[in-house]
Amino acid sequence: MTKKIKISINGIFVEVEEGTTILDAARKAGVIIPTLCYHKDLCIAGNCRVCVVEVAGQKRLAAACATPCEEEMEIYTNSLNVLHSRKQIIELLLSEHNADCTSCFKNGNCELQKLASDYKILKQDFIRLVPFKNYSIDKYSPSIIKDDSKCIRCQRCVRTCAELQGINALTVAYKGDQMKITTFFEKPINDVVCSTCGQCINHCPTGALVEKNYIEKVWDAITDKSKHVIVQTAPAVRIGLGEELGFPVGERVTGKMVAALKRLGFDAVMDTDFTADLTIMEEGTELLQRLKGVLVDHNPEVKLPMATSCSPGWIKYIEHIFPDFLNHLSTCKSPQQMFGALAKTYYAKARNLAPENIVSVSIMPCTAKKFEAARPEMHDSGYRDVDYVLTTRELAIMIKQAGIDFMKLEDAHFDRLMGESTGAAVIFGATGGVMEAALRTVYELVTGREVPFKNLDITPVRGMEGVREATIKIENPLEEWAFLDGIELKCAVAHGLVNAKKVMDSIRTGQSDYHFVEIMACPGGCLGGGGQPIPTSLEIRRKRAEAIYAEDAGMPLRKSHQNPEIIKIYTDFLGQPMSEKSHHLLHTHYTARERF
Amino acid sequence: MAISYQLKRADFIFKNENDWEDVLSKSIKRTPSELINELISSELKGRGGAGFPTGLKWKLTAEVPNVTKYVICNADEGEPGTFKDREILSMVPFKVLTAMAICGHVIGAKEGYIYLRGEYFFLQPELKKAIKEFEYYCKEIKLDFTIRIFMGSGAYICGEETALFESMEGKRGEPRNKPPFPSDSGYMGKPTVINNVETLAHTYTIFKYGAKRFYDLGVQYSRGSKLFSVSGDSPKPGIYELELGMSLTDFIEEFGDGDTKAVQVGGASGFLVPRKRFAETAIGFQGKLVGISLPTGGSMMLFNSSRSMFNVLDNYLEFFREESCGQCTPCRVGCQQLLKGIKAVKRGEKNARYLDKLLRLTETMKLTAKCGLGQSVANSFSSIVENFREEMIY
Repeated sequence: MTKKIKISINGIFVEVEEGTTILDAARKAGVIIPTLCYHKDLCIAGNCRVCVVEVAGQKRLAAACATPCEEEMEIYTNSLNVLHSRKQIIELLLSEHNADCTSCFKNGNCELQKLASDYKILKQDFIRLVPFKNYSIDKYSPSIIKDDSKCIRCQRCVRTCAELQGINALTVAYKGDQMKITTFFEKPINDVVCSTCGQCINHCPTGALVEKNYIEKVWDAITDKSKHVIVQTAPAVRIGLGEELGFPVGERVTGKMVAALKRLGFDAVMDTDFTADLTIMEEGTELLQRLKGVLVDHNPEVKLPMATSCSPGWIKYIEHIFPDFLNHLSTCKSPQQMFGALAKTYYAKARNLAPENIVSVSIMPCTAKKFEAARPEMHDSGYRDVDYVLTTRELAIMIKQAGIDFMKLEDAHFDRLMGESTGAAVIFGATGGVMEAALRTVYELVTGREVPFKNLDITPVRGMEGVREATIKIENPLEEWAFLDGIELKCAVAHGLVNAKKVMDSIRTGQSDYHFVEIMACPGGCLGGGGQPIPTSLEIRRKRAEAIYAEDAGMPLRKSHQNPEIIKIYTDFLGQPMSEKSHHLLHTHYTARERF
Repeated sequence: MAISYQLKRADFIFKNENDWEDVLSKSIKRTPSELINELISSELKGRGGAGFPTGLKWKLTAEVPNVTKYVICNADEGEPGTFKDREILSMVPFKVLTAMAICGHVIGAKEGYIYLRGEYFFLQPELKKAIKEFEYYCKEIKLDFTIRIFMGSGAYICGEETALFESMEGKRGEPRNKPPFPSDSGYMGKPTVINNVETLAHTYTIFKYGAKRFYDLGVQYSRGSKLFSVSGDSPKPGIYELELGMSLTDFIEEFGDGDTKAVQVGGASGFLVPRKRFAETAIGFQGKLVGISLPTGGSMMLFNSSRSMFNVLDNYLEFFREESCGQCTPCRVGCQQLLKGIKAVKRGEKNARYLDKLLRLTETMKLTAKCGLGQSVANSFSSIVENFREEMIY
């Protein structure tokens, strides 16, 4: 039992557990203290000093985020000293910040802008420091733009990259007035170990880190009459988009999203969920083939565990950090890229369209998808498979630009051919979802029975713990899979690359003997992706996950192999999972990259 | 109020008595609490500039039960105008090493580190030789204590104790949030005593002669002697050991060139005292007996009438602009604003009243900066601007 201590904040008495910070205690007492460098996902830095408060008896002000409460502490959050200092600190930040708000992508969603507005910094007579600095904008990455002139050096990105992702692509360099956030030898982000996951964007309070946006290009395509523009939407977009458009966190807006996309003028609105189901068919079959290769054929070329390949941030990470493990990755493309390859082949043929006239757009909760779409190997249709990738945030911007009153939209349905999906596909958006979807199909394929979990909910793989493990015993399989009888299928799920590293290290050292691992680059999986609405926190991600699982539970079909359009595509086009055509269009290979 | 304490020389630190083996072996036969009480009753305060009571520091660290602990000698002497630690380490290294080992005995640490300023690289070979000899003797008397040198890399901020730990841990030298303090969580998150070179040298004196010999020097609240690094417009710059509590008038009488306009006490992060305040200013820790009392790491920079106080301040601010670690807003941006601000006023681009805004800014920096660096920029800035305002403007 932790000790309770009594303190007072602006005369309000509160009882808190020993070790509680002044900031948390104040929130408990209903007192709001402004913050900038503080983020719930990250460790305490205490470097912006915006949260300073006065503690009776202390000479100096204390940073509320970094100072633990002590017995009988008397805290004042609005004393003259605090007000003066806080305002001056905001002024200082603004003097060093390129406060050209109207031309900033984050205009309207910037924490520094909000502070400046709340504290009405009207007279800025400190000397503007921006013109004296050699600020640069790094826009070479297809995913991330880094503009140093907007950086306030709160180091949230640095902590994100270190603590959540374990990559340290962004670090602090130099000191004093030259101090800045940069990469290894100040190379462009595109040339360093960056996974392009975009978590730094999600955690940046200003416009210093933003996604590279393709809004104008997509508008150009939509308005070009000679182009047939099709769009796909990732599972996590439907549970995140509402947040940008006035709905509370965790609101499912699938139907409205489809309606909005149709109003924007896309010629066909289809679903990445369809190819998520397709991924399960291909990846599930690949897993079974690998199990056979190892257990029956003892082929040393075949590697277990097999790791999922849906998360492009994870792919780039493993290429950099564990290049010797690339043959553990499933060769399946991500659902986005499967969709892209099919759009300009299967869909083009079915609709009798020339593939060169198709513009394929995807809406993703992700910035790494932008990088993935730009990979040279993603041209299996003969064209660039996915032309433009927009984040959930960019879609929201387009909806606002188009003057669509999102709240009032009637629900609409995805277009046919590649628009049908099952609950198994929706849960791709949450950590553990790919694993759960795969198990639902694989178990049934092998045994002819449904997975032995109530309502098909494989709860051990759900949740927000960094690494989760599950074991499923296969009993009485069908004759074809007799070699799996009695096998305990060992699975692991990890999200956030810092957890991916734990799993990979345990595989490398032989401490674990998994058969199948699912890894998502972002905390919470795609629902917490780098392209999702800002802010993010564990609570927000939990609510989004609840929405995902509710969407799954409400679907008439919950298993990928039941999807009628999946059955149709195999009958009409692909033949069977892992067929030659599948290999050509739906599978890929990976590139070993260097760390430096 | 005029101060009557005379300038008194002392000679403890550099008196090379060649009896460290004796002091060490006798001291470690005494109990930790005996040694702590000796230190506490000597009223020795940290000689790095902050003046934290040394005995209390050792006591707090000693009280943490059953964990690995460290003793660190802070030899990152980076304050402009300070050069005494360099002399201690080259002239009487054994006193420092002995004090570290005694501290290890008191708090229960088996490892000591000397964090040596990058620019003092040349001290390393001799120091290593001394450590080797010292460790050999430790083995002889069955004392389990080793000392290693950790080279700094030239950042001023790494003299700040928590930034120093970060640097030693292989990280970027940035100050940590306090609490926790080093006595609970220092190097490697373990309880650590970190003392300035000179502080350790004084403990040697105290353990050798007893607290009283030390306590009898100086004045109330400021006991003992202290090394002063005298530089600037002085006919006899150098290092002098003087009793604390002397008045600046006496000091200037001895070290000035007859034309002293002002003295900067405590380096760039210290205070500037103009001639009109010499009589009422004493050198020592804050206390009630004397008028204005200035704590110091020992840097005394003398300026005569040929010096422009604007240039002096400009030089200090240039130093801080570059040496701020850059993590906290008030220090990083504040230093840039102060430097650019005084230049703008001088050039007439900003109105003279802008100096008041800058003074208010230093107040904010003092209240909100994360560590001593940012907090103390206000000292030199306000004491120079307030006393030589016209030199800033015209």
